Amino acid sequence: MGSVAMKDDVARRQLKIVIVGHVDHGKSTLIGRLFYETDSLPNGKFEQITDQCQRRGMPFEWAFLVDALQAERDQGVTIDTTQIRLRTADRDYIIIDAPGHRQFLKNMVSGAANSEAALLVIDANEGVGEQSRRHGYLLQLLGVQQVSVAINKMDLVGYSEKRFNGVRDEYVAYLSSIGIIPTHVIPISGKEGDCLTSPSANMPWYQGPNIMDSLGSFSPKPDLNDLPLRLPVQDIYKFDERRIIVGRIESGTLRVGDDILFSPSNELAKVASFERWGGDLKDNSPQVEATAGESVGLTLTEQIFVQRGDLISHSNDAPELTNLLRARIFWLGSTALEVGSRYLLKINTAEHQVEVREIEQVLNTNDLSRVKANRIEQYEVGEVLLRLRGLAAVEDFSINHVTGRFVLLDEYRIAGGGTINLSGIANQRSELAVKSENLHPFESRIDPVCRSMANGHVGAVLWFTGLPSSGKSTLALELQNKLFAQGNQTFVLDGDNIRSRLNADLGFEPQDRTENIRRVGEVSALFADAGMIVISAFVSPYEEDRDRARAAVGNRFHCIYIDADAEICEERDPHGLWKKVRQGEISNFTGVDAPYEVPAYPELVINTGEYSIDQCVDQLLDYVNSQLVEPVRSL
Amino acid sequence: MNDLSATLGRTLDDLDRLEAQSIYIFREMFHKIDKVAMLWSFGKDSNVMIHLARKAYFGKVPFPLIHCDTELEMNDVYQFRDRYAKEWGVNLISEMCPPLETTDASLPHSARVAARKTGGLKNVIKRMRFNGIVVGIRRDEEGTRAKERYFSPRDDEGQWEVKDQPPEFWDQFMTDFPSGTHVRIHPLLHWSELEIWQYIQRENIPVVPLYFARKYPEYGDKLMRYRSIGEKGITFPVESPAATLNEIIEELKHTKVSERSGRPMGSDEDESTFERLRADGYM
Repeated sequence: MGSVAMKDDVARRQLKIVIVGHVDHGKSTLIGRLFYETDSLPNGKFEQITDQCQRRGMPFEWAFLVDALQAERDQGVTIDTTQIRLRTADRDYIIIDAPGHRQFLKNMVSGAANSEAALLVIDANEGVGEQSRRHGYLLQLLGVQQVSVAINKMDLVGYSEKRFNGVRDEYVAYLSSIGIIPTHVIPISGKEGDCLTSPSANMPWYQGPNIMDSLGSFSPKPDLNDLPLRLPVQDIYKFDERRIIVGRIESGTLRVGDDILFSPSNELAKVASFERWGGDLKDNSPQVEATAGESVGLTLTEQIFVQRGDLISHSNDAPELTNLLRARIFWLGSTALEVGSRYLLKINTAEHQVEVREIEQVLNTNDLSRVKANRIEQYEVGEVLLRLRGLAAVEDFSINHVTGRFVLLDEYRIAGGGTINLSGIANQRSELAVKSENLHPFESRIDPVCRSMANGHVGAVLWFTGLPSSGKSTLALELQNKLFAQGNQTFVLDGDNIRSRLNADLGFEPQDRTENIRRVGEVSALFADAGMIVISAFVSPYEEDRDRARAAVGNRFHCIYIDADAEICEERDPHGLWKKVRQGEISNFTGVDAPYEVPAYPELVINTGEYSIDQCVDQLLDYVNSQLVEPVRSL
Repeated sequence: MNDLSATLGRTLDDLDRLEAQSIYIFREMFHKIDKVAMLWSFGKDSNVMIHLARKAYFGKVPFPLIHCDTELEMNDVYQFRDRYAKEWGVNLISEMCPPLETTDASLPHSARVAARKTGGLKNVIKRMRFNGIVVGIRRDEEGTRAKERYFSPRDDEGQWEVKDQPPEFWDQFMTDFPSGTHVRIHPLLHWSELEIWQYIQRENIPVVPLYFARKYPEYGDKLMRYRSIGEKGITFPVESPAATLNEIIEELKHTKVSERSGRPMGSDEDESTFERLRADGYM
């Protein structure tokens, strides 16, 4: 290769290509042989593979170049995805080998999702397989648009043009029905080396491009500079006097002085500077512009409350806000996705709790039939409606790939991926805008952001609900002490200071309970407006009443369910109330002769039956510190 | 500010993109993993990794560095350590590795030296309770590393469950774990040897002089250089005239000699050894 003139390094641009297809259709073999044909094997590799195959008593196996694991070599199957560099005169390829076995589909997705083009390999002898179709469909779903097809093992079908045409027509028809038009369809033999880098004497009937020609025709993914600015906040650093917001620009460009909007918080700010560390280079000129793909650090001209997960855009070109998502999901989890299941959704750096509200259809990737179902099994594809707790800043996948896709986590692992379809979903940003317009007459008040900057935390309501004697007041007072010791503004509202004074006129009949909670909700909202972390500890047994309190407080409301069995509560009975109930002295007592509705979507559950008071307070503190106190990393 | 227009149309090259991706990994890691340390072998890759960390954290390395010391490093390496640990102001933990006798005697000698390093690493992780270790491995070094993830969980014995790795795509990583797990973070996974050298040249990052060709008494008149630096007795120079950064970069554009050819252990002499070592917690 030394004699070939290399393209200028500046003009070179890496290209990531994934090799996919059904198990045993010869993907790894094709890669090994391609390295040999392009004279790219390291010295001694050929001899080494020969030796490794002889030791196993098997014929020479090109796949050993990428199948590096013992289990892969022993079983003759690719388990995990591999990336290997192929450097040619024009370009650096990153060749991604993806497993074709159904069982390893999660590894296929891990390899394919990051690629810019794909080569689909099909065995001419076996024809189109189940995974040939599934992989084709997944490529389309993952947004890989450049695809060529290699019809492999032509040596096993006597290099028959008729057989090639048959497989080609069947597969191209499938691909076009899912919106993929392959760039080329090439008859090859990976094992024998036909049509990899030159025309094959065995197939004079084929005059088209070979594999390397086809790879050469693909182009790198274009940068997303021309799309609107999207910069997900990764973190906030305060290593010195600067407060630096860091993240990677996923699309668009950003300049010093630009007016930017943080979503979903709807806060506005202006870019004061880009910050960077230049190493030993003497280039100290300040950066004034940053573009898609850059990991940046920036400061703002005014201080506003910023959190990881916020999405930065220009103020006049914002993403949509919604708590309802329609998405096409591919499911990798071993436990099926079901209506009512809850997951953690991650979209760029933002995380949201979601619940599956509806499965609109499940798609059979083999025959493309669609059925209504209650679950999406492992490796199936379906369309779902997800309900989020709170608002997410998103986009339609067709408009912006990077902000229009997400993953779902079940426990610790990624269990699925999805692409967003916003048709028919209302943009809830307009409602927010109306709200802030209503606030306009009060502009002379102290800005809540200034209060939160002064306090180091936002104003909020921690609403403790649970059975009598479940531990609400005990935890509220303990938490208050800890928060106060940390320097936070905090106050407890409970029956002791509300029932005896403001609500002294109310009893325990349902309508009085409702009025009690309505007033507490409004008072809590005022305390939160004052910038405090207010802890409201009330039995508040009805979901409807808690929802009304939530409506009064807005998105600063955190419902915390203090969970303990009625038996445990009765055993504790610090005020002797349960005893009085049992003796018939009190009626309308929640948990005995009055109902308690367990919250359907609490932000946090604290189990006081299972954990000690100290452990419960620690859990509460973790929650407050992660959600309300400004998250700044410093040394 | 009329001069702003002069910088419009900024475009990134391959090195810019590699750098941005590594910084992204560093920042994800720093947010998600609370007790982190980074391995520093003083080789070219870990020096690049420190440089990228300082880019990610604006000049600081906000966690300790670990050197698993076998006392078998070459003299130039120890000199390099003493100079740059001070110059870069890093917090370096030197962990003495357990002796050779504690390693599996069925392994070849070079692999046993590597197993000492694994032992030292496990000890320091246990003692200091790290739940994340940043390691400068690259996919293009070796076959099993080519199958790694950016965030690669290990159990409490340091074992790598290579047959069931977590999915990782769209820059979403496994960053939350059951207790008892720790995670290896690999911010250089996507770099090649050639790109590492191009970046060293562009960013002016210092490296141990053993990488540049010179004569050694034991090799006579031949010009030799180290492609990869490891312990005395298990790492050897390869024949090469490349004595400058430019020459190294030109050499790597055309070479067919593998990077780890000067290391018997990593060159697949015994194909299963390296995988065994890595499954047991080696880097």
